[in-house]
Amino acid sequence: MQDLLYFSQQLINGLTIGSAYALIAIGYTMVYGIIGMINFAHGEIYMIGAYTALIAITGLATLGIAWLPAVLIVALICAMIVSSAMGWAVERTAYRPVRGRHRLIPLISAIGMSIFLQNYVHLAQGSRNIGFPALVEGGLQFGSGEGFQMSLSYMQITIFITTVICMTALSLFISRSRIGRACRAVSQDLGMANLLGIDTNRIISATFVIGAALAAVAGLLLGMYYGSVDPLFGFIAGLKAFTAAVLGGIGSIPGAMLGGLILGVAESLTSGYLSGEYKDVVSFGLLILILLFKPTGLLGKPEVEKI
Amino acid sequence: MLVLEDVHTHYGKIEALHGVSLEVSRGELVSLIGANGAGKTTLLMTVCGSPRASNGRIFLEGREITGDTTANIMRSGMAIVPEGRRVFSGLTVEENLAMGGFFNSKEEIRKSQAHVYELFPRLKEREHQRAGTMSGGEQQMLAIGRALMSKPRILLMDEPSLGLAPLVIKQIFEIIGQLREEGITIFLVEQNAHQALNLADRGYVLETGRIRLHDTGKNLLNNPEVQAAYLGG
Repeated sequence: MQDLLYFSQQLINGLTIGSAYALIAIGYTMVYGIIGMINFAHGEIYMIGAYTALIAITGLATLGIAWLPAVLIVALICAMIVSSAMGWAVERTAYRPVRGRHRLIPLISAIGMSIFLQNYVHLAQGSRNIGFPALVEGGLQFGSGEGFQMSLSYMQITIFITTVICMTALSLFISRSRIGRACRAVSQDLGMANLLGIDTNRIISATFVIGAALAAVAGLLLGMYYGSVDPLFGFIAGLKAFTAAVLGGIGSIPGAMLGGLILGVAESLTSGYLSGEYKDVVSFGLLILILLFKPTGLLGKPEVEKI
Repeated sequence: MLVLEDVHTHYGKIEALHGVSLEVSRGELVSLIGANGAGKTTLLMTVCGSPRASNGRIFLEGREITGDTTANIMRSGMAIVPEGRRVFSGLTVEENLAMGGFFNSKEEIRKSQAHVYELFPRLKEREHQRAGTMSGGEQQMLAIGRALMSKPRILLMDEPSLGLAPLVIKQIFEIIGQLREEGITIFLVEQNAHQALNLADRGYVLETGRIRLHDTGKNLLNNPEVQAAYLGG
């Protein structure tokens, strides 16, 4: 019983962090699906989302607004707007001018953009970490009085619910809406979509914006969960989400969701049963294994050229 | 309807079209024949603005489109059935058609869709199937149907018979004839010279990036040069 509770606790922790990874991973996978490039500035967009949310929360507190749902929704909307604008700007400045060149060139410009954004936040917000108020407090306890107590915090529940809402909305958007259909068409054959009169640049912008908006949601959630942000906040999370996207099959949206959850659970089981220091070893080890044995990822399809 | 004046196209430093001039009038079916590598596809793609012509001028319904973007050109009454069909393999038949009518209202899409299903009843049967799982002939029908969804006044077709079974080819050419009857102007690029010239009002022969011959379809069919080079003697 004790063991089961302990295991469940690790599972819950893992699914919490994993669903946030999945939210960030969507941005990598969608952009890759459309232009075949990794957006290395995506982690920074997530970090900026977290900062924006924090600024909004602080601002509302000074105004004396304390009603929790209002604070969360306003912070979320601000973060999504600012991050989306950043995502759009990154595509316009770091990708579009060099699209169609050698693959290394957009890669370098994206890394440059990532360094620029990190340092910009360093300058603007200082390099020390800033406390993020724990707005959602408390939780549920399971287990008998003595021995291991399993806890499920309200913050974790918030993360689950928000992620499920976002993922459902995204899936519906991609599968049902006109623009979502265009996104899928462009990712399969950009040139052909262009020959149908579709302004593919707009569709590409739209994928950057959608990815950035979801990253902003993750930024707010993980900011509150960890309790602090710093300018390097996006670096490791970005790497992890990228790993999740590759694990699930880069280019595949369900793959990114699955990859995020698997990675989160793997990390938290490692922390729970081995040691927290090994969790990065395990997650990047998983990445290496997947690349060795199933390079297309769990749900990715190999690219087949039909003649 | 469509006029090309001394059009040159470059791929990097290599010139693929060396000054092509041709004209397709309203309601006509014009065929362009030529061997592999003559520049037929390049010519069609240049009309679509991808790649852009490096020299010369292209007019669509009297308006110059030479420097315009592909997206703009393809929104002004022209549609293409591209080489190799290029259907969106992961999308269903219905979704592929909807992509063809991307700029039309839902009502218009429904109407065009009904029309396409009338032309190709097979597509109706496969409505919810992914395009990638269909046979080559069905994909070609879908590619034509998708192009018709935007209700084009001029339709460009790049080797619609390529790689298909004789029976399917016959069916495709019947449909092309039917589209002409509906009043759609058609510019057809083909290696299948016999069928293409038989159906065409006029024809052009393209050889290594230059127009070699130009005449009515019937005359070209009877031209000894054409017979020797493209009709197997």
